[in-house]
Amino acid sequence: MDTAFAQRRRRDLIVAAIFAGLSALVPLFVKDVYVQNIMVLTLMYAALSQSWNILSGYCGQISLGHALYFGLGAYTTALLFTKFGVLPWFGMLGGGLISAAIAMALGYPCFRLRGHYFVIATIVIAETALLLFQNWDWAGAALGIDIPVRGDSWLKFQFTRSKLPYFYFALVLACVAWLVTWWLEDSKWGYWWRAVKDNPDAAESLGVVVFNSKMGAAAVSAFLTAIGGSFYAQFVSYIDPESVMGFQFSLLMALPAVLGGIGTLWGPVLGAVILIPLTELTRSFIGGSGRGVDLIVYGTLIVLISLARPQGLVGLFSPRRKEAAR
Amino acid sequence: MTAETIIQSLASGLLMGLLYGLIAVGLALIFGLMDVVNFAHGEFLMIAMYATFFLFAFFAIDPLLSAPLVAAALFVFGAVVYLLIVRFAVRAKANAGMVQIFSTFGLAIVMRGLAQYFFTPDYRSITHSWLGGKTISVAGIFLPVPQLCGALVAIAAFVGLYFFINRTDFGRALEATREDAGAVALVGIDKNRVFALGWGLGAALVGLAGSIMAIFFYIYPDVGASFALIAYVTVALGGFGSVFGAFAGGLVVGLVEASTALILPPSLKSIGIYAVYLLVVFVRPRGLFGSI
Repeated sequence: MDTAFAQRRRRDLIVAAIFAGLSALVPLFVKDVYVQNIMVLTLMYAALSQSWNILSGYCGQISLGHALYFGLGAYTTALLFTKFGVLPWFGMLGGGLISAAIAMALGYPCFRLRGHYFVIATIVIAETALLLFQNWDWAGAALGIDIPVRGDSWLKFQFTRSKLPYFYFALVLACVAWLVTWWLEDSKWGYWWRAVKDNPDAAESLGVVVFNSKMGAAAVSAFLTAIGGSFYAQFVSYIDPESVMGFQFSLLMALPAVLGGIGTLWGPVLGAVILIPLTELTRSFIGGSGRGVDLIVYGTLIVLISLARPQGLVGLFSPRRKEAAR
Repeated sequence: MTAETIIQSLASGLLMGLLYGLIAVGLALIFGLMDVVNFAHGEFLMIAMYATFFLFAFFAIDPLLSAPLVAAALFVFGAVVYLLIVRFAVRAKANAGMVQIFSTFGLAIVMRGLAQYFFTPDYRSITHSWLGGKTISVAGIFLPVPQLCGALVAIAAFVGLYFFINRTDFGRALEATREDAGAVALVGIDKNRVFALGWGLGAALVGLAGSIMAIFFYIYPDVGASFALIAYVTVALGGFGSVFGAFAGGLVVGLVEASTALILPPSLKSIGIYAVYLLVVFVRPRGLFGSI
């Protein structure tokens, strides 16, 4: 479109490439396993939040049930590997496709709902899936699945000795999610989604097929979220329903985008970089006693940021982003 | 499964449903007043239960007597939450819906953290209250007395609320503000005051529910979360903002939960509620009593 926009997009791409390059070098200097672990989680949540942002930020359909797709990704990979010996890479792809298909099947009735009715439907559906998995004996019920160690290899995507391979995969995942968003932002879909978010009725009257564009956003968002879930299953090598499909995951996926700037390209990345290390550090340094101080810090932060900067923290970096963050 | 067990569980479902209605009505009231969903509603219930517990543990005040005290305390708490947090959240110009959700959600997390910090994550219960553990037999059906009492309190609260909204000046101000907040400002009603009182009233109602719940339910920092989702479903079933929709929604939820427990294992009993919610909104996207 206009040159200023094209320039901004080019600049975004260059900045992202520099950040990705620098991040790739970090493990050369940081050898501490605890810190590496936090970096892996930060990148994973950046990717997850970026995926969540596609449906909830750009298209405006606030989902608090994305744990469903995360869990489906994790379970598909783990079940295919433990029960049939299928390599995690195929499980990852399968989990992504299953999640995208389920997102569309659920979207068919749900996208007629608006506002809080939609939000509650997403929570209720994810909770239903959680209950079903907790009672599904073949899938390990509430005890979950222990993914057996078969030796370190990229083929089986298992690494017991070093966290580095997970770090690089998480980095690639975050970059892919960012690139997909970057590309979609300037595509036909991106414009449709923003129109649907701002005013669905006006968009419909101007010829945007509102329903189809919501379905598209849901499918892309669910696919990427499930890839994140598959990755997580391999990373922690033990999953159970509550730990991959619980409500807290839906919330943790949404928060970075909300704090960083919902419906913006950089919001989820910025939010994850601030929020995830903060969560992990408060948990290990003051929350270790299980006395809830981490929750108090974390919750206060959410309240303050959402009241003080409703457009998210990205607005602080560039005044021009303010319109984009709307 | 005999006819007797069916009647038995439907009767207890009905009692629980009335209590669910009482838990949810504050949420519906606040939503109807200002289109805000309080995502800390479950935590309001949690602190009411703790307040009841401590009044019992330290001063040996029975939950039945402390219920009005707890409701009054929650009234103040609700009004303060409005004045300190929600008042600013509704002013947000960008992402208004998101700001409301996450500012109240953040509050919920803080409240849970504070409860863990001060009260520890231990499960507590009130052991020797007047009503606790008693049952009464009506025509061969055994009814737990605490739940029966809760149901009566719920009915009384709904009747009181009906007269309050329709017969008092404050009730009329509440109705007028929900119709058109801009116009009431022109006739000299302070919108902020009405909203603060509305939040107080909503919190007082869930406080009442919390006192009754404390008689027969475990009290722990996360207890609100288990009831919050049920409350949202109840309110949404009735149609957001409809106070008497919440009453009907509560009855539906209680009965559906009881009948699900007859068919499915107890760990799956919530599935029936969720399924009914989805069915209802798919057919009527604004709930049973919401205007379309």
